[in-house]
Amino acid sequence: MSERVNSAWSPSSREIQRRQARKRISRRQATIAAVSSTLVLGTLLVVLLTSPGWDVVKKTFFDVGYGRKVLPTVIAGLWINLQLTFIGGFCIGVIALGLALLRTTKSPALTPFRFLATAYVDIFRGAPLILIILLVGFGVPALRLQGISSNVIFLGTVAVVLTYSAYVAEVIRSGILSIHPSQRAAARSLGLTSGQTMRYVVLPQAIRRVVPPLLNDFVSLLKDTGLVSILGVTDAVRAAQINASRTFNYTPYVVAAILFLLITIPMTRYTDRAIRQRTNAQSAEGAI
Amino acid sequence: MTNVLEISNIRKSFDSELVLTDLSLSVAEHTATVLIGASGSGKSTLLRCINLLESIDDGQIFLDGEEISDPLINVDQVRRKLGMVFQSFNLFPHKTVLENITLAPIKVQGKNKDEATSAALALLKRFDLADKADQYPDRLSGGQQQRVAIIRSVALNPRLLLLDEITSALDPVLVNEVLSIVRDLKSDGMTMVLATHEMGFATQVADEVCFLESGNILERGSAQQVLHEPQNPKTQEFLKRVHQAGRL
Repeated sequence: MSERVNSAWSPSSREIQRRQARKRISRRQATIAAVSSTLVLGTLLVVLLTSPGWDVVKKTFFDVGYGRKVLPTVIAGLWINLQLTFIGGFCIGVIALGLALLRTTKSPALTPFRFLATAYVDIFRGAPLILIILLVGFGVPALRLQGISSNVIFLGTVAVVLTYSAYVAEVIRSGILSIHPSQRAAARSLGLTSGQTMRYVVLPQAIRRVVPPLLNDFVSLLKDTGLVSILGVTDAVRAAQINASRTFNYTPYVVAAILFLLITIPMTRYTDRAIRQRTNAQSAEGAI
Repeated sequence: MTNVLEISNIRKSFDSELVLTDLSLSVAEHTATVLIGASGSGKSTLLRCINLLESIDDGQIFLDGEEISDPLINVDQVRRKLGMVFQSFNLFPHKTVLENITLAPIKVQGKNKDEATSAALALLKRFDLADKADQYPDRLSGGQQQRVAIIRSVALNPRLLLLDEITSALDPVLVNEVLSIVRDLKSDGMTMVLATHEMGFATQVADEVCFLESGNILERGSAQQVLHEPQNPKTQEFLKRVHQAGRL
């Protein structure tokens, strides 16, 4: 294209007028945005700081000195949340992929497993995560089974993995089902078996398609690892709780919340960008 | 000599809709059989039945004398002998042109990667697509995509190539580059069955032209006979409409 641009071209007087007009419009819009933002945000700030309860609120939730003091223990707790997220996330990926494949298979030999996978997904997707955590975390040690760890971090991870595998399996399955049947027809007509078609043609496209929703689930997973605190795991939430209940100052909770946000906000921003790129790529994909 | 493809009295319906009825067809080696007919006359369904993408309700299909309509047959084995090209290309968007072509030779025929790659590159070079080997399909024009799809099928050296309205989704300007590949393959001696609306092209390549209407072959013969001296009034009517649309 570039060689077709005439280097001797200079904008007509009409075009120059148009550009000046556009510049005036955008300058006016910027001014309006600045004035309105200052007014709204400024008013909110003034209302907040001059309200009669602000001093108490500040002392109870935003005590900077105390916040700094509890920061190391909350960060140590957050480290547990992160470990749980990454180790759990890996296990979830493997189990969910297996469940999704079982649910989409037509192989007669796997029929009982298909039913089991469906039942599994129905149960664990439908039951509240906190119930599963309580059941596994307190119920399993009560069985006094040999060889099963009663480590609460381990049991908490198992509970989270059980539930999230069901969610993620459904996301992957929806990706598999979203691949147009013509792709399968093309692969099968080349002589690929149904297994090869899944492995080389359907699954690679399906996974690519569901990366954005999977990233979303990953953010949720990080937040939900906070629930294992009810088992007594000293994660970020529990660490904050211990400190807060000692002093009746709730700043540790705010510290924990800020730490979670520092991780989840960049992750959700990244996810949004991935979704946008995905949408753009699809519109350019054309007939597939 | 036995025919490559022998179809006798097949019948196919989708729910209550009868798509093919009592249809028979023989395809000898190195010949091109062209199926013409209005949309919905059963051309695509016939091709899909031959490829076992659809199962038939009655009748028999033989490939090299072996009955492939037997439900006990290994469909993957049968499809290795058949190539199929679709109207909508159906290239794999996550694979490069080269990977699209070498996937089946490597995974189905068990060729090693180098062997499959050099064979694919030779085909790409022959059909002027060598510079596209590492591109993804969405970077190619429709005509280029369809040529790659044809090469992908031909790379498996099929006994029979099935072409399902391969130019219908293309800009008129791009049609010719696709048809010229088919002409080349025909002169190589490839046996093929193709459904098309390009009557001029049909005249050039067809050893036999079959006019389908309501799931049966109403008229068959050489291109000269069927396309230029049709006997059946329905064929005449169809060709008149094609002619009015400026496609003959």
